[in-house]
Amino acid sequence: MDISLINLIPLLMAASTPILLAGLGELVVEKSGVLNLGVEGMMITGAITGFMAAVATGSPTLGFLGGAAGGAALALVFGALTQGLMSNQVATGLALTLFGLGLSALLGQAFVGLKPPVTPDLPIPGLSQLPVIGPMFFDHDLMVYFSLFAVAAVWAFLRYSRPGLILRAVGENHAAAHALGYKVTRIRLMAILFGGAMAGLGGAYLSLVRVPQWTEGMTAGAGWIALALVVFAAWRPFPLLIGAYLFGGITVLQLNMQAAGVNVPVELLSMSPYLVTILVLVVMSAAGAAAGAPGSLGRPFHASR
Amino acid sequence: MATSLALAMGAATGALAQNGEPVKVGFVYVGPVNDGGWSQHHHEAAVKLKEHFGDAVELIEQESVPEGPDAERVLTQMALTGADIIFATSFGYMDQVESVAAKFPNVKFEHATGFKSGPNFANYSARFYEGRAVMGTIAGMMTETDKIGYLASFPIPEVIRGINSTYIHAKKVNPDVEIRVVWLNTWYDPAKEADATQALIEQGVDVVLAHTDSTAPLATLEKSGGYGFGQAADMAQYAPAPRLSSIIDDWAPYYEERVQAVMDGSWETAATWSGIADGMVGIGAFSDAMPEEVKAAAQEVMDSIVDGSYHPFTGPLNKQDGTPWLAEGEVADDGALAGMSFYLEGVTGEIPN
Repeated sequence: MDISLINLIPLLMAASTPILLAGLGELVVEKSGVLNLGVEGMMITGAITGFMAAVATGSPTLGFLGGAAGGAALALVFGALTQGLMSNQVATGLALTLFGLGLSALLGQAFVGLKPPVTPDLPIPGLSQLPVIGPMFFDHDLMVYFSLFAVAAVWAFLRYSRPGLILRAVGENHAAAHALGYKVTRIRLMAILFGGAMAGLGGAYLSLVRVPQWTEGMTAGAGWIALALVVFAAWRPFPLLIGAYLFGGITVLQLNMQAAGVNVPVELLSMSPYLVTILVLVVMSAAGAAAGAPGSLGRPFHASR
Repeated sequence: MATSLALAMGAATGALAQNGEPVKVGFVYVGPVNDGGWSQHHHEAAVKLKEHFGDAVELIEQESVPEGPDAERVLTQMALTGADIIFATSFGYMDQVESVAAKFPNVKFEHATGFKSGPNFANYSARFYEGRAVMGTIAGMMTETDKIGYLASFPIPEVIRGINSTYIHAKKVNPDVEIRVVWLNTWYDPAKEADATQALIEQGVDVVLAHTDSTAPLATLEKSGGYGFGQAADMAQYAPAPRLSSIIDDWAPYYEERVQAVMDGSWETAATWSGIADGMVGIGAFSDAMPEEVKAAAQEVMDSIVDGSYHPFTGPLNKQDGTPWLAEGEVADDGALAGMSFYLEGVTGEIPN
């Protein structure tokens, strides 16, 4: 067997980044009391708009911005429908996934078989020279660092900042937040846009770095994994990070174990990412404080009521 | 009620077809029609069919249909909208085709790569293992680490034949070669295909064969180094490297023949299994990344299969556990190949159930 952590960790981080980004966005959306089941649709839209932007401009950075914009644009549709027109969030979210899959297929017709510009690795000066640790943690592309930064930023925002407190208040009890004078709908719309942008980034990471090409339906359920992770992480950013890395890590590990010819039944290996991630996160949320779902999650809000 | 309605409709369309109305031809695909591989090639054959017959046929296509219960709904829907013949183009539709075919006796069903059939239910497949023999020869000669990788989808005879054929032909030209098989449990998941390719590269593999449907393995090989092959489609956009050659599925002649038979009223159930010689399996141009002697060796294997002087599964061959399967000079019969569910000697790992 020839599986070393030095090989595994960078693969793990690359494999986990799309679901981590998308999950983090959805976490903020749900903290504001909105359930957006359209993560898969926003991801795939971000995958194609990001790919289009990168191919058109030749710049991976603009590509990622394009992906975020695409995801946010689709999220805006969701926001307008659920916050403006008070449509059912579950149904609208599901429709958004179907719409995103179709829209991306349409947009992507001319982009099949093209190659995107290469996203460069950005070794952190000094740190990446360290033996063992350097190539493991400090020799990645920009988006991997960004996703880790985003976890810390979202955590700090929700926990220590005043806007974060307001966002949580809106999610826990929108009537009370409204009575205090907060603009519930506006705050939720901003959260929805953020969620869409993050899902779009995750999608763009798939089409620009992880695969790297555009193929229809290439998210293949990653959005649903991200949604599930948010629940199992009990709406907390750091458990979400652990969940995403566990899932991505065990997926990569099981593929590596098969490739290395380790004699473990394949069935066991194939289901291990789901099994282990769920087990660990359930144990973690049982051991920690009873962090339930945001009180107003999924409930429509209208100021007159 | 639904059945009798469908019967009436089936009879009606059958009559109409003879009156110069178009024959309705249904196609069900497991992936999107622009996957760059398997489903795209079936779709392109369907488009050629339409070009060939013009207004005499009408296409009904449904893409990205999951294998399993949902396929039954799609097939029933197609039969109800008056399809005369339906091509179900993935292995996992087999039981659904069987069940729907029983309900619509006047509609012809054709199932790709399966082994079941019925009075109005034919199956057809290509001898991809012949193509794998050529690819295996190339892989065995091109690998410098003596490790070749194989991305496997589902543990069905089709895939197992491919792994075995690849390995024994690589072994013939390179006695030290090892094969590493990774099971993905999907036909189409570009990210997973890319991750698995990357994992194989990390494990020292430098030539990867794929039995999945997207071009992601080649995209990964291009990024990380190593060689691969076009699968189902030529994938020539990745030539000369990493793509060395390819196995190309050419379904169009078969589709034209079968639809013509429906028009003539001569359609009969059949189990068709064609290979390189009949043109159903095409071998893509050898890339210039291959040295001349590799090209010559691959060409020789291919020619001997085409002229019938060589069968890829010719003894002596043992099963993985060492028990004899084929004696010296013995050739595997189609029945044994159709149900192949074991690795040959030298392949490591276990086949999942």
